Amino acid sequence: MLMNALPMLALFQTDMEPVAPRFFFYMLSGIALVSAIMVITRKNPVHSAISLIFTLLSLAGLYLMLYAPFVAGVQIILYAGGIMVLFLFVIMLVNLERNLKEEQFNRQWVVGILATLSLAALVAYVYVKGKSVFPDRVAQLPESLNVQQIAIGLYQNYMLPFEIASLLLLVAIVGAVVMAKKRI
Amino acid sequence: MPIPTVYYLVVAAALFIIGTIGVVTRRNVVIILMSIELILNAVNLNLVAFSQLYGLHGQVFSIFVMTDAAAEAAVGLGILIAFFRNKETVNVDEIDLLKW
Repeated sequence: MLMNALPMLALFQTDMEPVAPRFFFYMLSGIALVSAIMVITRKNPVHSAISLIFTLLSLAGLYLMLYAPFVAGVQIILYAGGIMVLFLFVIMLVNLERNLKEEQFNRQWVVGILATLSLAALVAYVYVKGKSVFPDRVAQLPESLNVQQIAIGLYQNYMLPFEIASLLLLVAIVGAVVMAKKRI
Repeated sequence: MPIPTVYYLVVAAALFIIGTIGVVTRRNVVIILMSIELILNAVNLNLVAFSQLYGLHGQVFSIFVMTDAAAEAAVGLGILIAFFRNKETVNVDEIDLLKW
């Protein structure tokens, strides 16, 4: 009965003006990719964390370009504001001076990069061959109703997963306290 | 002319690959956890890009993925602190208590 409660707006239009010019797409994805590379190459974990914040913020911009303002807001509040603060706290707790002088990559890094690049080649092959599967037309979701529609989705269609997610968060809180506390 | 969905998928795939390289090559546990965050963000970008084609389900699911990411970061960093207290290291190849 409730399966149709989530409104599916299928206003397919091809000649609609994009929400932002194409330049912003290239700029935001360029910032995201460059700072993602900096995340995995920097020696100091604090620099990696700050690059990761740049990646997350530019991804929030990409979500805005995709007509998803609620996800963009949650991304900034939860990722850039919550998870990254947690990461920085832990980096401050476990940061070692001698760690900066050590080797940063493990012994299997050549094999790892080769395996990952073969995965990248597979993905590229699939995208080149199957490009026609993804339609070019886009549904213009009305931005002003985005939050209401996501709320309807969360509280009607996906009610049970929502409750399970709250249980998951409770388990994560208890688990983190149990792990990090010296004596319980 | 709006940007085709494939462009977003390519950006997400590149982020996923970068995150995977970080997971398999770095030694520092904190940076490995950050690379896992990169992978989850690539998945989120895919979901939101497809929600432009197939309705809002993808955006709802990306909220669940963010919940998972928060839980994973909290538990993972808790494990890291507990381990650091015992062995004074954050390198994964020195975490070999179960290896013989």
